[in-house]
Amino acid sequence: MTSISPDAIRAETVMITGHGGDVIEAYQAIPLAPGRRGGVVWIHHMPGYDRETKEFVRHLAVAGYHTICPNLYWREAPGADPDDAAAASRAAGGVPDERLVGDVAGAVEHLRALEGANGKIGVIGHCSGGRHTVLVACSMKVDAAVDCYGAFVVEDAPEGMPKTMKPILDLVPNLSCPLLGLFGNDDIYPTPQSVATLDAELTRCGKDHQFHSYGGAGHSFFSVDRPAYRAEAAVDGWRRIEEFFAKHLAG
Amino acid sequence: MMCTYLTEKIAVEGSGKGATGWFSATEATVYVDHPVHAPYGHTVNVDVLSPALGASARVALELTEETALALADAIRRAVASAPTGIASRDQ
Repeated sequence: MTSISPDAIRAETVMITGHGGDVIEAYQAIPLAPGRRGGVVWIHHMPGYDRETKEFVRHLAVAGYHTICPNLYWREAPGADPDDAAAASRAAGGVPDERLVGDVAGAVEHLRALEGANGKIGVIGHCSGGRHTVLVACSMKVDAAVDCYGAFVVEDAPEGMPKTMKPILDLVPNLSCPLLGLFGNDDIYPTPQSVATLDAELTRCGKDHQFHSYGGAGHSFFSVDRPAYRAEAAVDGWRRIEEFFAKHLAG
Repeated sequence: MMCTYLTEKIAVEGSGKGATGWFSATEATVYVDHPVHAPYGHTVNVDVLSPALGASARVALELTEETALALADAIRRAVASAPTGIASRDQ
């Protein structure tokens, strides 16, 4: 009898029901070995539902989680190349916050219905997905959230930015779960000062959180396909992400 | 560094050639953000689009700021050196 190796996964495109009952595309990766597992919603960055984001999804599945990334641009650009879809979404004014929360809620329902789901849910995202992660964790009950260099949580956005991208610091009292924050000290969106402001507000509200800011790293330091990649920060960041989810999504 | 999110958007009259051939363009966006292909952290990105024809009706540029500004200057010089109005919508 052969057993299924713990790193065996199935990764594929599925359709889920998102905000407003809309059926949208999502990329899902799940471990094949039997067991009770937590689920993670990966919120893709502004450049879209791209190959690198799908790689992150598979990474977390190999780490043991049912993981799914909804295509936030499906409505504007069904079936388009990720870069074309991101351009179309940008030209259309970006993703409204309410729709984002609805799409993630749909992804959460999908994860909870998977065989072996233990009911625990994590959310994670980079860049605009970092802000979206904080938004989701302040808008619905989840069990763990990871904000990787999300901007415009604290600071006002420059003029001309989509109106949907407003600060959400006032939502911090509603945070429903522990928050892990990973930032680069050389970033300017968010600046170390903005990170410190968010940190202080979380502390003031008595919210469980741990922030780590890396020296010599700026925005996008997890992106292996970009010049901003910083191996030391990314390797340590991944270690912290896996530890954090192992602690909060077990059971 | 950053995602700027800031997007300049203008209406467009004319045509562009994208991955699926020529199309009539209706708008263009200009923004500084991460490129998909150019080997830089950030570039000036220009998309000429026709949303009604779908997301693939798109001509995309990812330029360094020096190049983008030189392109803008070159466009102004080319227009200035031609007879006034010859390429206008009211030609």
